[in-house]
Amino acid sequence: MSEEVLAIRDLRIEFPELFRTVEAVRGADLSVRRGEIMGLVGESGCGKSMTAMACLGLVPPPGRVSGHVSVDGFEVVGRPDRELLPVRGGLAAMIFQNPGKALNPFFTIGRQLTDVIRLHHRHGERESREVALEALRSVHLPDPEIALGRYPHQLSGGQLQRAMIAMALACEPKVLIADEPTTALDVTIQAQVIVLLRELADARGLTILFITHDLGVVGSLCDRVSVMYAGRVVEVGSVRDVLESPAHPYTRKLLATVPKLGDGHSELAFIPGQVPDMAFPPSGCAFHPRCERASPVCTKSDPDGRDLGAMHRVACHHAHGGGETEAPGTANGAPAR
Amino acid sequence: MALLSVRGLELHFVTPAGRVRAVNGISYTVEAGELVAIVGESGSGKTVQAQAVLGLVAQPPGEIVGGAVEFDGVELLSLPEERMRTLRGRRISMVFQEPMTSLNPVLSIGRQLTEAMRLHLQLTRAVADERAVSLLGMVGIADPERRLRQYPHHLSGGMRQRVMIAIAIACDPLLIVADEPTTALDVTIQAQILALMQDLTRRLGVALVIITHDLGVVARYADRVNVMYAGRIVEHGAARDVYRRPAHPYTIGLLNSVPRLDRPRGVRIEPIPGSPPDPAHLQPGCAFAPRCPYVVDRCRREEPPTVTFDDRHVATCWQTAALRPESG
Repeated sequence: MSEEVLAIRDLRIEFPELFRTVEAVRGADLSVRRGEIMGLVGESGCGKSMTAMACLGLVPPPGRVSGHVSVDGFEVVGRPDRELLPVRGGLAAMIFQNPGKALNPFFTIGRQLTDVIRLHHRHGERESREVALEALRSVHLPDPEIALGRYPHQLSGGQLQRAMIAMALACEPKVLIADEPTTALDVTIQAQVIVLLRELADARGLTILFITHDLGVVGSLCDRVSVMYAGRVVEVGSVRDVLESPAHPYTRKLLATVPKLGDGHSELAFIPGQVPDMAFPPSGCAFHPRCERASPVCTKSDPDGRDLGAMHRVACHHAHGGGETEAPGTANGAPAR
Repeated sequence: MALLSVRGLELHFVTPAGRVRAVNGISYTVEAGELVAIVGESGSGKTVQAQAVLGLVAQPPGEIVGGAVEFDGVELLSLPEERMRTLRGRRISMVFQEPMTSLNPVLSIGRQLTEAMRLHLQLTRAVADERAVSLLGMVGIADPERRLRQYPHHLSGGMRQRVMIAIAIACDPLLIVADEPTTALDVTIQAQILALMQDLTRRLGVALVIITHDLGVVARYADRVNVMYAGRIVEHGAARDVYRRPAHPYTIGLLNSVPRLDRPRGVRIEPIPGSPPDPAHLQPGCAFAPRCPYVVDRCRREEPPTVTFDDRHVATCWQTAALRPESG
C-alpha cells in the first residue's frame, strides 16, 4: 500500500527581521505513506520543527510559508485559521517534547481530553467520557478511570506523554506529528513510548512523522528516515539504506556521533563547526563549509536530489556511492578541534 | 585510599505523606582521576544521593539516617557548613543539566568565571581575567577575550555548557560532579562535550562523577558504572564488564531499552514493563521484583544478597547466579 497521507513539496518558511530574512526551511520535500513511521532527523536549527509546525498551519507570525503541504489530500498552506480546524486535532495531531508544558496544569486530564473530543465530535458529556476512557486504554495508561480525575502534576513524565498521545489520538487523526516526544524522558520510558507508537502504526494504520535528533531512536522505531540540514532534506530512504549505507557526508557524520554500547574509549567523531546562520546560508550546498568532500562545485551550486536505488535519494555532488555497504563511521577522519 | 568513599549512605525525607526512603544504604568509591558513572531512572535517587554527599540537602525535610562520606581524608557528613562551602567550589565542583538555568543571565561570562577564582584562590582581577582567557581556550571556545564580555544569552547551548565546564575546572578541583551534563543538548554536541570532559579530566587528573539516565552515553566514557534502582546500587563494576555481561535483571532491562544502531536490524527494543516503585511505599524484598522477568518467590520476601564475582563486579540479586551460571 503506498497511499500518500502527508505530502510536503518545496516547502519554504521565512522569517523577515528588520535587516535580514531568516530562511528556516528552503524547499523541503517529504512524503509519508499510510501506516508508515517517517523519521525526520537533524541538528537544532535545521528546520525540522518548523516543517512539523507547517503541517498544522502553526508557523508563528511573522513567518511566511510557501509551497505545498497536504494532509490526507487537504492543502494546508495559505489557509486562514478557521479553515484549519478540521486539520488541527482532526486529520493531524501533534505531540511535543515536554508533555508537562503542553497540558494545562489547572485542569484534570479528563477535562482536557473531553474538551478535544467534544470540539471535534460534538458528543455529549457521557459519550465523550467513554471515548476518553477508550483513548487512555489504547495507550495502556494504568487505571484510566482514576487518571481522568488527575491533574498533570500528579502523573509521571511517561504517564503524561501517554495522556498526550491519547489526547492526540482521541479524534482518530490520519497523521500523528511527534516532535521529539521522547527526548525529555528516561531511556526506560522512551522505550515504552517507542513500542506504543509502533503498535499504533501497525494496528491502526496511523501515519507518524517522528522528529528527533537521535538516530538510535530512528533505528529502533522508523520505517524510513529523512535527514534535514539547513532547511532541506539532504537524504531520504529506508532506515536500512540510510543507516547502513549513508550516502550524504552529513548523514555519515551524524551517524558517527552515536555512541555504541560497550565500545570502550574509542574516539567518538563529531562534526566540526556549527549549523549555519540561516539568515546567511552558505552559497551552493549549505553543508560545504563543514564537509570534507567539498570541492569548488559545492560552493557554487546547490545539488538536486538524485536516486541511488529504490526509494533512496540524496542531494550531494559527491555522495558516497549507492549500493556498497560501508559500516557507519568508517569515513570519519580525526575529530576536528 | 579512594578520593571519595561513600559507605552505607541512607537519606530519608520526612513529608506530610510519610517517610520517603530516597537513598537506602549505598556505598561506592571514586579514585583520584577516575571517571565513575551513576546510572538510574528518574526517582532512583541518583541525583539526591550526590546532593547529600555534597551537603546540599536541606535538613529538614531531608534526614541523613546513616552512613559516612569521606573525601580526601575528610569526613563530610559532620563537616560544618562553613568548611563544606569552601570545599565545594574549591575542591569539588559541579556541572548541571541546564546550562541556561545554572548561569546567571544578568552577569557577564567573565564575571561568572572569575568569581570563584577570586573568592577561593584570592586572585586579583587581572590575574583572574588572564586565567579566565586560558580556561575558555582549554574548553575550546574561540575568541575568548570577546566571549568574556558577553552574556549567557549570546552563547549556544553547547557553548554555555563549555563555560560551565570552564567554571568547574577554574579552581583546580579534585572532583567534578556532573548531573546529566549533556541531556539537554543535541547528539552531535553531546559527543563534543563528553569528549571534552573526558579529555580535561584525564589531562588535569580530576576525578569525574557523571550522573545520567542514559547508559548509551556513559558507555564510552566511564571507567566504572554504578546502576541505581529505588535508592540502592544494584550493580557495580568496570564499564566494560557491566555492558558485556550485565549481572542484574534491571541492568539487562536498561540495556535492552537503549535504542542502538549496532544491533541487527529488526531487533526491536524491549522496554521494562511497569514503572519504578514509589519510595514512600517500598515493599519488603527486592524493589525490582514487581518488574523483574526472573522473579522467584524469595525475591518478594527477602532482601537480595550482594554477590561479588570476577574482578570487582557486584550485583545485588537472588538470581544473579542463575543469570550468570559461570560465575562463582
